[in-house]
Amino acid sequence: MARVADAIVLDDVHKRYRGRRALDGLDLTVGRGTVHAVLGPNGAGKTTAVRILSTLLRPDGGRAEVVGFDVRSEAGEVRRRIGLLGQHAALDEQLGGRQNLEMFGRLHHLGARRAGVRADGLLARFGLADTGRKPVKEYSGGMRRRLDLAASLITDPEVLFLDEPTTGLDPRGRAEVWSSVRSLVGGGTTVLLTTQYLEEADQLADRISLIDGGRVVADGTADTLKARVGGDRIDVVVRDASQLESAAALLTDGAVLDADRRLIGAPAGDRMATLTRAVRALQEAGIEADDIAVRRPTLDEVFMALTGMDAEVAA
Amino acid sequence: MSAIGTRAGTGAAGWVLADSWTMTRRELAHWARQPVRIVVGLAFPVMLLLMFTYLVGGGRGVDGDHAEFLVPGMLALTMAFGLEATMLAVTQDLTKGVIDRFRAMPMFSGSVLVGRSVADMLQSVAALAVMTGVGYAVGWRWHNGLTAALGAVGLLLLLRFAMLWTGIQLAMVAGRPEMVQAVQILVWPVGFLSNVFAAPESMPGRLGAVVEWNPMSATVTAVRGLFGNPGGSGGSWAAAHAELLAVAWPVALIAVFFPLAVRRFARIGG
Ligand SMILES: Nc1ncnc2c1ncn2[C@@H]1O[C@H](COP(=O)(O)OP(=O)(O)O)[C@@H](O)[C@H]1O
Ligand SMILES: [Mg+2]
Repeated sequence: MARVADAIVLDDVHKRYRGRRALDGLDLTVGRGTVHAVLGPNGAGKTTAVRILSTLLRPDGGRAEVVGFDVRSEAGEVRRRIGLLGQHAALDEQLGGRQNLEMFGRLHHLGARRAGVRADGLLARFGLADTGRKPVKEYSGGMRRRLDLAASLITDPEVLFLDEPTTGLDPRGRAEVWSSVRSLVGGGTTVLLTTQYLEEADQLADRISLIDGGRVVADGTADTLKARVGGDRIDVVVRDASQLESAAALLTDGAVLDADRRLIGAPAGDRMATLTRAVRALQEAGIEADDIAVRRPTLDEVFMALTGMDAEVAA
Repeated sequence: MSAIGTRAGTGAAGWVLADSWTMTRRELAHWARQPVRIVVGLAFPVMLLLMFTYLVGGGRGVDGDHAEFLVPGMLALTMAFGLEATMLAVTQDLTKGVIDRFRAMPMFSGSVLVGRSVADMLQSVAALAVMTGVGYAVGWRWHNGLTAALGAVGLLLLLRFAMLWTGIQLAMVAGRPEMVQAVQILVWPVGFLSNVFAAPESMPGRLGAVVEWNPMSATVTAVRGLFGNPGGSGGSWAAAHAELLAVAWPVALIAVFFPLAVRRFARIGG
């Protein structure tokens, strides 16, 4: 039975842990075959949302559906169609990598033979064929993450949940996960990924929901969100703290000062032009700088901008 | 309820068996990777048996050979102490991330518990085999034929099965490491407030009554009777109906804790 529906729907979902509010009316709609990033700081409710969608946690209120199936009353149908990469490794540490994958394949009811074939295929695809017999507890962090990702793909899920897939990985591990996600999307899988990194959402997602305090603060494409933040930032560290104010006056409007770190932060509309202009202006004014850099806005700044709390940055 | 959703999603009842077998294989694979732990697990009750036979000199208040009196009690004690082994295993398992993956899959969720129970029962059969072997070596015998002896083994395994589901439920309700420790300590007085080491008649009145009604004492008395070992009934109602109680107690525990545990497991994580 094919149901035409969005891949994921959260409608006014609430969840409390012993009175402590984790989700406070979360809304989310994810179209089929798209990548949606849920971006938010620690404690925003990202894991709670993923656990509700993957049937591990029951919502207190609201509607939660995956490809048209209710996560409460049709949990079995949901489980058949999803893959889950949780925030922490969901593997049997004592067993080998191949034993893990083969076991998950059997439990997904592939049957013994197909489970074995599938396990070997995934081990090869994720560069784990040589270490398939080693117990998982002897794996490195990156290997473990790859095996965990392989395990969540055991049945080519329609919808894949990735909860902070690259947190704790080195840049190489991060790049590996990113390329895996990109190749999945080519195959039509819907991906919901959570992250604390704006850059990750930017790199991978078609749409982004920014959440805080268990509700959506802003959503849209990466471009629309960034436009609302005001793009890149320039940071200048002056050598002499007494020159902080005069240096700030030379930079763009909207500069914020941090006297302790002798730091000025200001919006940078065009990266190159802003940098060149700043260097020249400082030189002409005879102000020495220890550091000048143009960078992407941080999650904090996106947050501040989108929640209208700019004023507090200067504090 | 999520439990119903899970079962409906599992589809054919055949998957209940297939998933249970997969989870049993998981436990056996753990064994294969940790042979030393298996050996230690079997050596501990054997050490207790030898210690009580030779060092402590059990069998106070009863005539006859120490080993003849002690072995049935030690077998029952080993089955009862299985409570903490199961509780520890389930407590550890529940803290593992892999449980989340199991719960997010379209499998029969109870198969995690079935795997645990099959593995624990197999371990207990091995323990009984080793202990009766060692018991034979130190002079213990069965006297009433093979059928009665097998009946005794059946009663022992029934006690273990009851402890198993009690342990699973306890682990889920209060499965923190400090709770497991508390149970590990508490099983000792419960074990000793039985007729394993001494006949109830040799104890002061009220203590004797507690000892006679201890579920473990029923199993011990019944098993002694079936093996034809000394230390039989003391004449009280509980002692006279030991075989009935040795079935009734464990069956009652299983009837209470089995459904509770299965239901609770399906709802973990709320
Ligand atoms: N098991 C739990 N018990 C109590 N509070 C929890 C539990 N899990 C999460 N919380 C709280 O719920 C809120 C949301 O947590 P979580 O969904 O884990 O956020 P995130 O994944 O975005 O960091 C936080 O305030 C967190 O402290
Ligand atoms: Mg989280």
